[in-house]
Amino acid sequence: MLTTILFYVYAAILIGAALGVVLARNPVRSALFLVLAFFTSAVLWLLLEAEFLGIVLVLVYVGAVMVLFLFVVMMLDINVAELRAGFTRYAPLGAVVAALMVAEIAYVVWVRHLGFDLGGGAPPLPAGYSNTKSLGAVLYTDYALPFQLAAVVLLIAIVAAIALTMRHRTGYKQQDVAGQVAVRKADRIRIVQVEPEKRP
Amino acid sequence: MIGLPHFLLLAGILFSIAVAGIFLNRKNVILLLMCIELMLLAVNFNFVAFSRWLGDLDGQVFVFFILTVAAAESAIGLAILVVLFRERRSINVENLDTMRG
Repeated sequence: MLTTILFYVYAAILIGAALGVVLARNPVRSALFLVLAFFTSAVLWLLLEAEFLGIVLVLVYVGAVMVLFLFVVMMLDINVAELRAGFTRYAPLGAVVAALMVAEIAYVVWVRHLGFDLGGGAPPLPAGYSNTKSLGAVLYTDYALPFQLAAVVLLIAIVAAIALTMRHRTGYKQQDVAGQVAVRKADRIRIVQVEPEKRP
Repeated sequence: MIGLPHFLLLAGILFSIAVAGIFLNRKNVILLLMCIELMLLAVNFNFVAFSRWLGDLDGQVFVFFILTVAAAESAIGLAILVVLFRERRSINVENLDTMRG
């Protein structure tokens, strides 16, 4: 009973937050609504007993990705009014497409039941079950190589993001470390044989 | 009793709102990226719900990978956005017609 109430309350908050993301006038507000949406989803994932992913969603998404979004949104000085021109022109089309998609999904999921008998509650988990432990057991055995690949994807993302945004300013003094290391004695020192001065 | 259809329908509504958002905010690249994040969240919802009801943890592993790829995607997307703004002083999608696509 409590689960039912919690599900409906958080589902309502989630849908409200998603609408806020789409409809807010200011991109900063959209980003904050998206944070709310991620938080609420984390709660719903906890209801689904996916504790690890719920915490990861808060840590990675709210903690890192959304902070990055907020950084960029606040850094760019964008003309919001210009970007919102044509908002109402496409509103009916967007609403119709969204309503059609919801209707189709509702028909497949609710009326046809996907051909499964999944209407009841979730199957009970065994006593002493730890979501994180069993997820780790799968992740580090069956999915060990894809896990490494995920790390490579992140590394590529770091390199690409830095390479894209780095710029070479002119008139900017910096050390040329490679040149410093490669320097030879002959480049810097010139030994001059000076004739000793004779005393008069 | 909350069944699997409840979660699937919630994810469907979330995905549809994101699609509508792409229609509405079709000029603002930042909001397009945010709508893509919402869509990925909706897909992840389906994965987690199915994983719970079918008792198969592979679905949650897939969510883990989707989160990784989505984080990489948004980092690169925002980097492109910053470079774009530096070049054009605007992030309007309609100004991006250099390639005549």
